[in-house]
Amino acid sequence: MKKSLVSINDFSKDEIRHILELAADFEAEPAQRFLLGKVIACLFFEPSTRTRLSFESAINRLGGRIIGFSDTNSTSTAKGETFHDTISTISNYSDLIVMRHPLEGAARYASEISRLPVVNAGDGANQHPSQTLLDLYSILKTQGSLDGINIMMVGDLKYGRTVHSLLQALSHFKTTFTFVSPKELRIPDEYKQYLFDRGIPYTETEAIEEHIDHADIIYMTRVQRERFIDPMEYERVKNAYILRNAMLAGTKENTRILHPLPRVNEIDTDVDSNPKAYYFQQTENGVYVRMAIISYLLNVKQ
Amino acid sequence: MTDKQLKVKAIENGTVIDHIPSESLFKIITILDLDQVTASITFGTNLESKRMGAKAIIKIDNHYLEDEQINKISFVAPLAHVNTIKNFEVVGKRNVEVPDRIAGIVKCANPACITNHEKIRTKFDVMKKGDRISLRCCYCEKITTQDNMVILK
Repeated sequence: MKKSLVSINDFSKDEIRHILELAADFEAEPAQRFLLGKVIACLFFEPSTRTRLSFESAINRLGGRIIGFSDTNSTSTAKGETFHDTISTISNYSDLIVMRHPLEGAARYASEISRLPVVNAGDGANQHPSQTLLDLYSILKTQGSLDGINIMMVGDLKYGRTVHSLLQALSHFKTTFTFVSPKELRIPDEYKQYLFDRGIPYTETEAIEEHIDHADIIYMTRVQRERFIDPMEYERVKNAYILRNAMLAGTKENTRILHPLPRVNEIDTDVDSNPKAYYFQQTENGVYVRMAIISYLLNVKQ
Repeated sequence: MTDKQLKVKAIENGTVIDHIPSESLFKIITILDLDQVTASITFGTNLESKRMGAKAIIKIDNHYLEDEQINKISFVAPLAHVNTIKNFEVVGKRNVEVPDRIAGIVKCANPACITNHEKIRTKFDVMKKGDRISLRCCYCEKITTQDNMVILK
């Protein structure tokens, strides 16, 4: 039975744990060439340098070969071919599909069309499950456990897909949430309901400083100007959601700062040299996690 | 009913869909593909109803509906009754029920959803809260609320 990873909810708690164990195994021994003789299709209908290179690095480390494209200008989509036909055709050329698409639900649709496993590398503002798994892996690595973590999520909690998926994944693990955002970008009610239904505690606030000393993980996201209806409001709040080194003075020893990247200015560069800054190591973790996801879906490593 | 004069002619055998909100009549004709049916169909609208104010009614001669079809109309006429008529008598009476999953009836309200860009039959998980219904798209995972529901042709 083929299995795809389109949404983080496609994986059970046990499967999430299994992926993280595999990732740790790949980190300890990266040269495990389980994909020798396999061809992976990397279909980027929308450009994404960081995610694409991370997947390509993972596939290369596993000894697999890659076919695909990194934008749609040079493909038959530009000639008017339907998405359905593109996916059907490419399914005959490869063993697994990694895809990013600007439309939401594209990866789910591809997983219905194709007989191959599909890994969603981002579908619009919807899901980006490999990012969620690498966030979890980073939390596990820095905290020693996923259970009972106190996580503070900062910035755009309304539109940030990484925040929503991470919240859903962490809900398996008795997490305590603190949401820090301007009024306009508050976590949507449906996610608060999601936590409430599961008896998971959360706090909402508008100031980073208020709860920062209790946080094990500070998960930063970007507050984008274009999200604000009122530009004056953006000007008023933009500096309130920038993390600066001085704010970390009273934080716990084990506190680590994560960010899905790219960063613009929401983490001041004076934080970079603080040992609690973890966002660059986080990207390295992404390669091991993607090696784990692909190996698991192709059933080449137990 | 026998004492009163019927505004819409009684049928000998077939299906009567009653208690339709007047404004939903044409949507139901569309959803049930009644424009494709060769049976003779009569309908009345803006009829007086104690319960609903104005209602519509559809009578289809010698034609019967599957349960699945009946449940489809729950999105536009949750209070409708579907009666099966044999020899001028009501032999079956059914209320419509909201199904747990629907396909191809409602449009996803998310403009960035792939179902609004490719030829894909929409699919939703139905979420019920009291008498309010909302739909979670199986593709983009976004919620379409009752106020945003657009019935597909």
